[in-house]
Amino acid sequence: MTITPLTVAIPGTTLFDGEQAKKGYALNRMCFSFNSQANRAAFLADEEAYMRRYALTDTQAAAIRSRKVLDMIAAGGNAYYLAKFAGIFGLNMQDIGAQQTGVTVEEFKACLLAAGR
Amino acid sequence: MAQLIGGIASSHIPAIGGAIHKGLQKDPYWAPFFDGFPPVHEWLAKTQPDVVVMFYNDHGLNFFLDKMPTFAVGAAAQYENADEGWGIPTLPPFRGEVDLSWQIINTLVGREFDITTCQEMLVDHACTLPLKLLWPGDVCPVAIVPVCINTVQFPLPSAKRCYALGKAVGDAIRAWDSDKKVAVIASGGLSHQLDGQRAGFINKGFDLQFMDSLLSNPEWATQFSTEELVLKAGTQGIELLMWLAMRAALSTGDSPAVRKVHSNYHIPISNTATGLLALEPCD
Repeated sequence: MTITPLTVAIPGTTLFDGEQAKKGYALNRMCFSFNSQANRAAFLADEEAYMRRYALTDTQAAAIRSRKVLDMIAAGGNAYYLAKFAGIFGLNMQDIGAQQTGVTVEEFKACLLAAGR
Repeated sequence: MAQLIGGIASSHIPAIGGAIHKGLQKDPYWAPFFDGFPPVHEWLAKTQPDVVVMFYNDHGLNFFLDKMPTFAVGAAAQYENADEGWGIPTLPPFRGEVDLSWQIINTLVGREFDITTCQEMLVDHACTLPLKLLWPGDVCPVAIVPVCINTVQFPLPSAKRCYALGKAVGDAIRAWDSDKKVAVIASGGLSHQLDGQRAGFINKGFDLQFMDSLLSNPEWATQFSTEELVLKAGTQGIELLMWLAMRAALSTGDSPAVRKVHSNYHIPISNTATGLLALEPCD
C-alpha cells in the first residue's frame, strides 16, 4: 500500500508524515521513553545498550551518537520526541535551533528578536 | 441550559512553566508576555466560568505513534500532569467534568466525528499552561474537558475540519442540561518552527492577519490546506488549528459575531510568536 505524498514543498522542512513515521518508529519510541527519569538515567549509564534495547537502525544510532538534530530528523525523528532526547543534555530550543541552522545561539536569538520588528 | 461565556486562545511555550516556577513574570524578557494577562484575569473574575473545554495538542506525553488519534476527548474525573522529559515542573492534577465530556462525545459522534474517548489521559504543558496563566493561584478553580487535536503526525485534520469540530463542541456546550458556565480555550501558536533548517521561522504579518480574521471573517483560514498553513505559520504554528476550533465554538447560526475582550501579541518567547485573544459572544 502506498501513502499519498504531500504536494507542497516547504523549504528546510521535513513534514512528519507516514513515510517518516514508518522510518523513525524505533528512534521515536526510544525518545518517547525518555519521559521517565529512570529511562533517561539508563540511557546515560549505557547509551549503546539502551539503543540496542530499542533496536535503532545503524543510521539512527549514528545520528544519536552525533547529537545532530538534522541527522535525527533525516533518520525519521519527530521534533516532539527528539525534544525529550535533547532534554537529557539540558539543551533548550534556542540551542537546538542554532545547531540546525548553523549559527551561534546568540545569532539565532537575534534572528528571533528581529522577527518581531 | 449551560451558558458558553466566551473563548480564550493562548500560546503554551514550555519555557513559560519555568518562568512561572521561578517568578519571572516582571523580568524584562517575560513582562511583554505576562502583562497581556491581567485584563483577561479581570474578565474571568467577572464571568466566573465553572468549566473549560481545552482544545490542545499533545506533545508525546499521553499519545505516542503506536496509537495516534486525530481527535481525542477526555472523559475522566481527574487529569494528571507528568514528567515530559525536559524538565518542566509537574503540576497537581486537574478536575474533570465527566457529564460535559459525555455531552460533547455524544454530540460529536452524532455529528459524524469519529473521535477517540479517554477515561484516562495524561495532560501535558499544552493543556496545563493556559490554565496556570489564566488562574495563577495555587488551586485551579475550573474543571476541564480536554479535546486533543493531532499535530504530531501528518496528515493532520484540515483547518476546515477543526472549525467544524469546534462548532459542534460549541453546540454541545449550549445544549448541555446544566446551570454551569463554560469557556472554551485554545492552546498553541502562533507562528513558530522548532525543527529543520527552517527552525526559528516566525511570520508576524500572517499571525496578525489570522488574529484579525477571527473577529472579522472567522472561516478565513479554513481556505488553506495544512501544508499551506505550515508554509505560512511553521511546523508548530499549525497549532492555530486550536484557535479555529475555539472560535468556531462561539459561532451559532443566529449569532456568529463575537466581541474582542482583549488581545496581546509578542515576539519572541523562546522560538515562538506568542498570541493571546479573549472573545465573548455578541448577545
